[in-house]
Amino acid sequence: MSFFSGLLSALPGAVAQGLIWGLMAIGVFITFKVLDLADLTVDGTMATGGAVCIVMMTHGANVWVAMLCAFLAGMLAGLITGILHTCMGIPAILAGILTQLALFSINLRIMDKKANVAINPDNYKLLVSLRNVKKVTIENPIFVAAVFTIVVIALLYWFFGTALGCSIRATGANPNMSRAQGINVDFVKVLGLMLSNGLVALASALYCQYQGFADVNAGRGAIVIGLAAVIIGEVLFSRIFRNFAMRLLGVSLGAVVYYLVIQVVLNLGLNTNDLKLISAFVVAIFLAVPYWKGKYFRGAAKSAAKTDAKEVK
Amino acid sequence: MLQLKGIYKTFNAGTVNEKRAIDNLNLTLEDGDFVTIIGGNGAGKSTTLNLIAGVYPVDAGMIHLNGYDLTNLPEHKRARFLGRVFQDPMMGTAATMGIEENLALAYRRGQKRGLGSGITNEERELYREKLATLGLGLENRMTSKVGLLSGGQRQALTLLMATLRKPDLLLLDEHTAALDPKTADKVLQITEEIVARDNLTTLMVTHNMKNAIQYGNRLIMMDAGRVVVDIRGEEKKNLTVRDLLEKFNIESDRMLLSE
Repeated sequence: MSFFSGLLSALPGAVAQGLIWGLMAIGVFITFKVLDLADLTVDGTMATGGAVCIVMMTHGANVWVAMLCAFLAGMLAGLITGILHTCMGIPAILAGILTQLALFSINLRIMDKKANVAINPDNYKLLVSLRNVKKVTIENPIFVAAVFTIVVIALLYWFFGTALGCSIRATGANPNMSRAQGINVDFVKVLGLMLSNGLVALASALYCQYQGFADVNAGRGAIVIGLAAVIIGEVLFSRIFRNFAMRLLGVSLGAVVYYLVIQVVLNLGLNTNDLKLISAFVVAIFLAVPYWKGKYFRGAAKSAAKTDAKEVK
Repeated sequence: MLQLKGIYKTFNAGTVNEKRAIDNLNLTLEDGDFVTIIGGNGAGKSTTLNLIAGVYPVDAGMIHLNGYDLTNLPEHKRARFLGRVFQDPMMGTAATMGIEENLALAYRRGQKRGLGSGITNEERELYREKLATLGLGLENRMTSKVGLLSGGQRQALTLLMATLRKPDLLLLDEHTAALDPKTADKVLQITEEIVARDNLTTLMVTHNMKNAIQYGNRLIMMDAGRVVVDIRGEEKKNLTVRDLLEKFNIESDRMLLSE
């Protein structure tokens, strides 16, 4: 029984974390799925956003101003990766790694050479906090994160329906065709990277408030969690969610599922030090599922072919 | 009017694979010219089209179109003057987007792409009418993903996209080469209809001599990166495949053309 009660008491936290990371995963979705780029900058921006937000707040800034600045800082990081990729011809994956590495030093500078900056929810007005996770109020982080998710999805749905947003989707789908139709592919890629990293930084700002501290290592492995959410969302919900907005929602739910799975595994008694190992394992499995499905489980098609073959006899 | 003057292009310069693809190419197209280009592999046909479209820059020479100097413009800026259809049916459309979304992208060629709607209801009506002219039933599948269409349907759609906003020059790079003969004929027929209707200046690369003779008002043959034959007017009208083979003493080892 203690397993279930333990799990039950941990569930609200897992859902809140999942929703916040879901915002981050939506950022990853923009580069990985829409633009067809693997952008590793996010491992840096997932720390930068929180660092900017927490440091600004401890220096007396309003929480909304701090969040806006975190968003802009993320966009700046995306701009750097974009410039490295488009103006300097560096493959996107490498460009992202370079920015991510550089961001580690920058994050330390933002946090004034400290690896960790704490913020006390008693003294500052935070949007989300771990301590409210089981309270039934509008301050509950699950509620706040859900509202953020809905607003972000609505804005992105609108944006990707505009002529500019369509040009980002077209570039991801077919850059040759996009150039032939007069789309400045380089500009569009930079824009997508900026938008994506802005969102990741925003998620980071929320996450650091939720935990009550910013950490220079907060972004380590972030891309894996982001990809996990994107892929879990796709594997579990692609049959039901076809519309673009619903696909984004699927990504957010994918992150929640990821955190629930991790929570169950931890409650089964696995060591928290093994968390990264478990994460990598979970992501590898979900990445393999679509491949295995295509290769080994052609159930419907196979049985149809067998029936046809019998009829021929 | 399209003017190509003294164009040179060498690939892999300074290596053992050095290849002079275009060697002092000079070509002028009058408005409304429908020119077919033939020539063996490596003659420079596709390279010529790619140089005009700005896929890669020229080493020397100049490209003028209706008074604009295109020579140093990047590819996406030249797009506003050009309609392009490629050999590979996959290349001209975005497979993961809908038919109407693809047309909407083409409709904004040369326009500023801002935060206005990506597609409007009036546009949808226009696209429905235009699609109906193809006679492929695509007007009833406007929201279908282009990835679900056959190669021929895709090429017809790409052709429509290339001409949705009247281009100053239409570039067709062996756009029927990947299709079966029947579908190829259908796409060529649609091509001819659109070109005639809008009086488009057109450059069409083909490997098929019959098509090169049947379509257009002018035929040029390229070899080793330059124009070696240029036939127009009455002479072009009366041309036969046999004439072409005999008259120009086409060395069969070099000119792998289908009759």
